[in-house]
Order: sequence, then C-alpha cells, then structure tokens
Amino acid sequence: MMPTVRLEFSPAPAHVRTARLVAVAVARRAGVPEPVLDEVRLAIGEACSRAVALHRRYGLPDLVTVEMSDGARFSAKVVDRAPREETFGGAGELPDPLALVEEDSRAEDDDKVAIGMRLALLAGLVDDLEVAPAPGSVGTVVRMSWPVHDTELR
Amino acid sequence: MELSFQTRTVADRTVLEVGGEIDVYTAPRLRERLVELVGDGVRQIVVDMERVEFLDSTGLGVLVGGLKRVRAQGGHLVLVCSQERILKIFRITGLERVFDIHPSVEEAVAAPVVMPDGTDAGISDDDTHDPSEQPRRGPAGDDGTTTASGH
Repeated sequence: MMPTVRLEFSPAPAHVRTARLVAVAVARRAGVPEPVLDEVRLAIGEACSRAVALHRRYGLPDLVTVEMSDGARFSAKVVDRAPREETFGGAGELPDPLALVEEDSRAEDDDKVAIGMRLALLAGLVDDLEVAPAPGSVGTVVRMSWPVHDTELR
Repeated sequence: MELSFQTRTVADRTVLEVGGEIDVYTAPRLRERLVELVGDGVRQIVVDMERVEFLDSTGLGVLVGGLKRVRAQGGHLVLVCSQERILKIFRITGLERVFDIHPSVEEAVAAPVVMPDGTDAGISDDDTHDPSEQPRRGPAGDDGTTTASGH
C-alpha cells in the first residue's frame, strides 16, 4: 500500500513531538475514532522514541521514517536504521514493574526502566503490532494499525 | 506545550505541580527537578500531575527514578492524578502497583506516609525551599510545533 503521508526526521527528541502531532492529524483524517486517538498518539510516539534512542546510541545521523496509510484500517510504520540488537515483542518479555523499581536502588538507570515501560505500553496499546527487520541489512520496522469508522463512506 | 513546574509546601509535604507534556524531550528537566529536590533535603514529595497533558515511557522512567532516589534517602514520593488517560498508562505498565496515586493533593497530603518497610515515616520539617520557580526552556529552544495540537 502506498503511504498517505511519509515523514522523515533527524533523530532528535524534539522531533518525536512533531511526529506525534502529524500522526494524530493523519489518523483523525483517516477516520480513527476520537477516543482511540490518544492511543495512536502514544503508540506512534513510543515507536519514534525507540528509533531515536537507537540512532543516538549508535551515533547514527540517519533519518527516522514514519509512513502512514489509510484504508480499511489506519496503519503506521516507523523505520529505524540501527543494528538489530534489541529483542522486542512478546508478552513473555514484558518486565515486572515491581522488579524494575526494587532491583536496583541506584537511580541512574531511569532509561532502563523507560525501555521496559515502552515495551509494555506498545504491547498494551496496540492490538495489531508487528516488529520485523527492515529491508536491507540494518534497521527495524515497527508496524501498527487501528480500525477506522465509516470506512464505506470514504 | 513546554513543561512547567510550580513547587509549594502543603502540610509538610513538598508538592511539585507539573504541567504540559512529559515526553522524551522534556523528561530530562523533570529528572533534574526531582534530583534537585532530593538534593535539597526534601523527603516527602507529592508530584501533582493534574495539569499533565501527555506522559510517555521516558516520563514513567523519570518518575520511577525519582521514587527510587527519595526512597534511598528514607523518603517517599506519591502522585496526584485523576485523569483517566494518564491513569491508563500506569495501569497498562503495572506501575499503579508501584506508586501511591491519589485523586487530589488534599487526599495525598492527608494520607499517612507508609515507608517501603511498612512503617510510618516521620515527616521532617526541614524541607523548606524557594517556592518560586520559572518554567525552564530546553537547550534547543521551542520547536514551535507544540501549539498545533488543537482540533
């Protein structure tokens, strides 16, 4: 499917906010129900934060890509260009939040907690979530989709 | 919207009122503020999130970090939030089991302080500090995109 809107941004945290705004605007236009837009905003933001964090960890200046398509469902793809190191996905990998708080009383690893919470949020927010290798030798694609209403009227 | 902070003292607790979006861009400033408070000797922190419009995993990480920091000093951190869309984030991640979340500042300061070991904590009186504080700006300035989220 050809994307309806394609956005590329340099891996800076400030641009994640821009991506969220664009995503919600496109999702609303595509017919995603209002109550679901908060989930779209948060989930696409989390996928973009993940991509930015990976690019920064590896010092990669490459752009992060977000592609959104409408149709029977509103779908979004967030593509990074980082080495594929992070395991990502299944419910079995979700962290125990109590353990995250208790296991290390040194408070310097907020980021570690954030990564665990990101997995939990994505898995909890998005019923249709898929993480796959990007075309080529590097990078990952996070695909998400949500139902739209009034499909037949569009 | 940029992150904003207001600090005040209510019934011997330090209430940090946070407004705006807590995300990957702004969360480092919340972390700095919490580190400052703990460094200044504050041990009983109430983070009032009623004016928070967005919270992501980075923000959750900073809140967990704040809780750990103040606990390590024998203190406690509780949250105030009645917004369903923010509460949902705590539920999905299981962090509702980690934080004491109260629906109002009044209820948060009225609740007994329970320490991780189950004992009551004495409230210290030495947590006074300058309550006047201006919102801070990010190092890269405002990207100008945050005011366009309307309908």
